[in-house]
Amino acid sequence: MNLQDNIQVALRALAANKLRSALTMLGIIIGVASVVALIALGNGATKAITKQIEGIGTNLVTVFPGRFDSGGPQGRLQTVLFYDDYLAIANVSGVRSMTPIFQSLTTINYEAETSAVQLEAALPSYEIVRNAELERGRFFSASDNAGRARVVVIGFKLATDLFGAIDPIGRSVKIDGVMFEVIGVLKKKGGGGFGGGGDEGAIIPLETAYTRLFGSKAVSQGRRVVSQVSFAALTADEVEPLMVRLERIMRRQHGLSLSDKMDFTVFSQNAFLDAFTIITATLSAFLGAIAGISLLVGGIGIMNIMLVSVTERTKEIGLRKAVGARPRTILIQFLIETVVLCMVGGLAGVALGWGVAAGVRALDLVQAEVTAGSVALAFTFAAFVGLFFGIYPASRAARLSPIEALRFE
Amino acid sequence: MAGKGSGSVITTSDFVPAAVVPVTVGHTNGNIGTSPVQAREVMRIEDVRKNYQMGETVVRALDGVSMSVRSGELLSIMGPSGSGKSTLMAIIGCLDSPSSGRYWLDGDYVENMNENQLAAMRGRKLGFVFQQFNLLSRTPALQNVMLPLTYAGVRGKEKKDRAMHALELVGLADRSHHRPNELSGGQQQRVAIARALVNDPAILLADEPTGALDSRTGKEIMELFLNLHDTRGLTLCLVTHDPKVGALTPRVVRLVDGLIVEDGA
Repeated sequence: MNLQDNIQVALRALAANKLRSALTMLGIIIGVASVVALIALGNGATKAITKQIEGIGTNLVTVFPGRFDSGGPQGRLQTVLFYDDYLAIANVSGVRSMTPIFQSLTTINYEAETSAVQLEAALPSYEIVRNAELERGRFFSASDNAGRARVVVIGFKLATDLFGAIDPIGRSVKIDGVMFEVIGVLKKKGGGGFGGGGDEGAIIPLETAYTRLFGSKAVSQGRRVVSQVSFAALTADEVEPLMVRLERIMRRQHGLSLSDKMDFTVFSQNAFLDAFTIITATLSAFLGAIAGISLLVGGIGIMNIMLVSVTERTKEIGLRKAVGARPRTILIQFLIETVVLCMVGGLAGVALGWGVAAGVRALDLVQAEVTAGSVALAFTFAAFVGLFFGIYPASRAARLSPIEALRFE
Repeated sequence: MAGKGSGSVITTSDFVPAAVVPVTVGHTNGNIGTSPVQAREVMRIEDVRKNYQMGETVVRALDGVSMSVRSGELLSIMGPSGSGKSTLMAIIGCLDSPSSGRYWLDGDYVENMNENQLAAMRGRKLGFVFQQFNLLSRTPALQNVMLPLTYAGVRGKEKKDRAMHALELVGLADRSHHRPNELSGGQQQRVAIARALVNDPAILLADEPTGALDSRTGKEIMELFLNLHDTRGLTLCLVTHDPKVGALTPRVVRLVDGLIVEDGA
């Protein structure tokens, strides 16, 4: 009797008990499906975040107030950036474009519709620095800024929320009670957005913000403040040197010696990306581990049912031995049964996980991406679960004494 | 998958040529058995003992049993329950090992055989028929009959042909694709007999083969056994407590308390 015969015997035994086989498989199906689906969600989240971070600009370098790496501002350190700081670093070399940005959380309304908005006030160069592409209308110009025009460019989702099907261009909205004219709508970027409001944000000229909107809110110690200064480096290779130059100028501007701790942070998009990649990779691993546990539970379920099955089929095992089956043949039969259950369950689980991921994607809830690696991982894991949890019940079956097995009632 | 040392075991025993068996057409109750002088010995046990430990006491299920069976013989082992007849059958059937004693089956010395060799003996030299049929449920008759061949490594068309032939011998060729639950008790026992015949066993052991059947069906099964014995020279050993069954065999071995008290017609 060779392996092929034995596989046939095992398949026949499984087919003879379809309901039990199906129920046994359920644990593995759910386990594998959750591994595949959760890893897909993790991957999707990583992709979405990466896309968003990449979407906020190219070769982006940003100067923030305060220190990001030491758990908040310390001692007497200056914790705001002033407009003067911006002026000091405005002429740094290796820059394609740059803009100071003042951010504020406020409300925006159009007629009866009200929405909370992350408002950004910036120079027209914002369009270049942040890769702001327009769906319709135009970005504000230098003369809009100089003339303190009350014009606003709004994010894609904010436009939909406020205006629905109406064309927002030329309509008047109230930002924090002040009338503004919508002159542009940004293209959809997807997701929440980093370093700005993204699809739900709005951008106005900086001068307008200082003089007509924020007033004293944007002033500290009698000087105008900015939330950050964003630079687009000329090339990717310029990012590092630019950061060094910015740091040097900022230290001088703030009167810090080389031994002093910095009261500002120069951050590159890549550092941002790296930080989030670590977070999302951890998230993926975490989700995968939870799903793996469910697969393990499924394996224990299989072992349980196979043990019951061995007891229930004691007489069958006795009969098989009486007609010439060797202990090893019985062992292999039961092992194959378990592994086949797990592999068929694994296949069904992959299909189900794939379906869940596709469903999530179709509903536009979150990104989900099934990778070949996660499928292979889940399937291999399922097969090993079958092998591991199958050995004990199978060896119990193989060791049964033929006469006792035959007499078993 | 033939194990080491089992090579000599795997000689398929031939049916005894019909000429060896006296042609006794239509006999149902005969002293006209086979002639022991002419047929070769297929089974011999000498001073076989089997002890069970039951708590403090040792139960002697078999207390020194010796007997032999010649090819083409028809016999029944009888005795009340607890007499050791089931234990004797288990030992003859290589399903259990004796505590002591010697045992030859079809020329092979069975003592000292390992599990694999015993399995080979069961698969190739013995056929079993049980009281409760012991068919694989939800499995067609043909597949049930093929099972011993599968374990013996017979494959493909030969396996199917031999299984079909065995079903023909028991008159169930037209039921080959029926599952046990679609067959009557008598038909199920016929499938079990076909399964026992399919490997051309040296001895067919039947443990209370009519015990689960009504008397009419039981009689039919006994007629089938006698017919197979008469026409094909089947060596048949019935284990029973039923005197009506015992009365049909030329030789009766009677056991009481683990000892043979009578061996003959």
